[in-house]
Amino acid sequence: MNRAHFVSQEAFNPHSIEALTPAQEKYYMASQWKLMWWKLKRHRLAVICGVILALNYATILFSEVIAPYDLHTRNTDYIYSPPQSVHLFHQGEFIGPFVYGRSYELDLEILKRNYPENKNDVQPLRFFCAGDQYRFWGLFEASFHLVCPPDNGTFFLLGTDRLGRDMFSRITYGARISLTIGLVGIIISFALGIVIGGLAGYYGGWVDASVQRMIEVIRSFPELPLWMALSAVLPVNWSPILIFFGITVILALLDWTGLARAVRSKLLSLREEDYCAAAELMGAKPSRIIGRHLLPGFMSHLIASATLSVPAMILGETALSFLGLGLRPPVTSWGVLLNEAQNINVVALYPWLLYPVVPVILVILTFNFFGDGLRDAADPYK
Amino acid sequence: MLSYLIRRILTMIPTLLIISVLVFVIIQLPPGDYLESHIAELQSQGEAVDEQKIQFLREQYGLDKPMIEQYWYWLTGMLQGDFGHSFEYDLPVTEVVGDRLFLTIIISIATILFTWMIAFPIGIYSATHQYSWGDYGLSTLGFLGLATPNFLLALVMLYLANVYFGTSIGGLMDAQYIGQPWSMDKLLSILEHLWIPVIVIGTSGTAGMIRRLRANLLDELQKQYVTTGRAKGLPPGKLLRKYPLRIALNFFVADVGNLLPTVISGAEIVAVVMSLPTTGPILLSALQSQDMYLAGSFLMFLAMLTVFGVLVSDIALALLDPRIRLGGTASK
Repeated sequence: MNRAHFVSQEAFNPHSIEALTPAQEKYYMASQWKLMWWKLKRHRLAVICGVILALNYATILFSEVIAPYDLHTRNTDYIYSPPQSVHLFHQGEFIGPFVYGRSYELDLEILKRNYPENKNDVQPLRFFCAGDQYRFWGLFEASFHLVCPPDNGTFFLLGTDRLGRDMFSRITYGARISLTIGLVGIIISFALGIVIGGLAGYYGGWVDASVQRMIEVIRSFPELPLWMALSAVLPVNWSPILIFFGITVILALLDWTGLARAVRSKLLSLREEDYCAAAELMGAKPSRIIGRHLLPGFMSHLIASATLSVPAMILGETALSFLGLGLRPPVTSWGVLLNEAQNINVVALYPWLLYPVVPVILVILTFNFFGDGLRDAADPYK
Repeated sequence: MLSYLIRRILTMIPTLLIISVLVFVIIQLPPGDYLESHIAELQSQGEAVDEQKIQFLREQYGLDKPMIEQYWYWLTGMLQGDFGHSFEYDLPVTEVVGDRLFLTIIISIATILFTWMIAFPIGIYSATHQYSWGDYGLSTLGFLGLATPNFLLALVMLYLANVYFGTSIGGLMDAQYIGQPWSMDKLLSILEHLWIPVIVIGTSGTAGMIRRLRANLLDELQKQYVTTGRAKGLPPGKLLRKYPLRIALNFFVADVGNLLPTVISGAEIVAVVMSLPTTGPILLSALQSQDMYLAGSFLMFLAMLTVFGVLVSDIALALLDPRIRLGGTASK
């Protein structure tokens, strides 16, 4: 039946226009962090980069398992060995992942070591196997590896260095230091930035003026030379762990300025809000007002901008170690590995020494994209 | 204008003073003084220690005096052009630094010019063609440039040049000119070599500048005067040239303050990688041997370079933008 005219039998509800659909309700009731998450999810590239970063950070938990060799294993027969490629087919026949065995000869003309492949010597890789011994997280002995070199063979995915140490294993272990130094540094600079910027923004007046001046001076200083100078000052006889913390503190000492500025300018405007005056009238101490009422309001911004300054720290450590002023062996970071690539003549002969550049650039890039997405998502009410 | 200039120069003095205190603290941080380590080094090499010379140096630099007095001595010495004595080279610091500082300045200026030349057209293009393929492509490229550490880029470029051209692109002039007095040929040779470090150092700064210029110009393009101009029927090109671009130009000059520390930082480490005869390698070696007077003077020079660069850009900005010299704040 075709009804030309339809009248609803239900009583008229004048508020129907204000009623929310479940989807709308979910959106309006969502917490700030949930909104941020939804907004971040829309930024496809940032999510992908976040996943890559998470994977990277996950590997540092299992460096020992992922690396086929130990950090310090020296394969003295294979010094400066080029990367071995993994094959699947031997003479048209599927075998599974394997490498060819190699022999060694010395090019007497330019004194270069050559490792020609023997195409008949098929050495299948072993998976989930027992290899080099290690202390897992320094707690207990283990020898389980994801991939192991073939029996009586070698497996140098990215070649070896001047002591015959496997580059791939070293890069895997190096991620531990390189990736964490930025995080530790950012925690320090976060604390510095919030405290100093908070004081400047809350109290204003001469405190603000002197902090502003200080920030200006630090910002006008070329960062790298100052880092270099400070790390050159670290005593030579410090233990590697102390040096690690020394370097993080140095990196953080110059980095807090950006955060402090952000905190200050936000506080200056938020300080005038009514809820702040109310808290003050109720007798809250400045530290409580700042920490409890003001900071949470723009925490998301702070976290986003902190994410954006992690890559600068990673890069700072890499640069310092590359120059030989940062971390020193036996501590291994990507910068320390690159230190061996300083001499262009060595690099020309053994280009695989440059491989640590790849993870550095990858991590820096992903951090930048991820931080950018976070920053866009940080203000979900916009 | 004059009062602005005076005010601006006066505010520079405390900045430089704070920097000098910072640098002095860094110089003093290593335990012991340089003479002690110098003596220890000489003794470990089995060389005789010239007591008289040590005594002379100790008195000359007032190392036996309290800290504040030493600082005062260092500061006043610098004001008179005496930057201290390099123990490693056994020369006054000014003689060690000389040419190298000049080359650093040349590289920095060339890099900034390069940055401007690249960033200006690209920034305008991406702002006026927002969300086009060109914009996306250039932004991605810019991001890559921003994220690639320039010393790694230098390493990779050195390697590629070595593989494909068989030449070393390190250095800043042909070998025959090293240590020679300045001449036209030497200058030309430097210009020939200059472009590689300039590109390497410039990439990250350029990328950052493109992004900032794009954002800035996008803000301007949304303002009402642009709409008004468009409504009045101004052709797009003329509208762009006449109004928003001029404001964007101000920004170019103002951004030197952001750019200069990056450029100088980059120049230092790239110089080490490419073994350029600038301040980079010598600063590194001074730091490694804890030749702190030399290192401190270098730091001071680099900081002064930045501060003066910012000063020049501020003055240029004041000439361009009347809002600034009248004491108002420029709206960004």
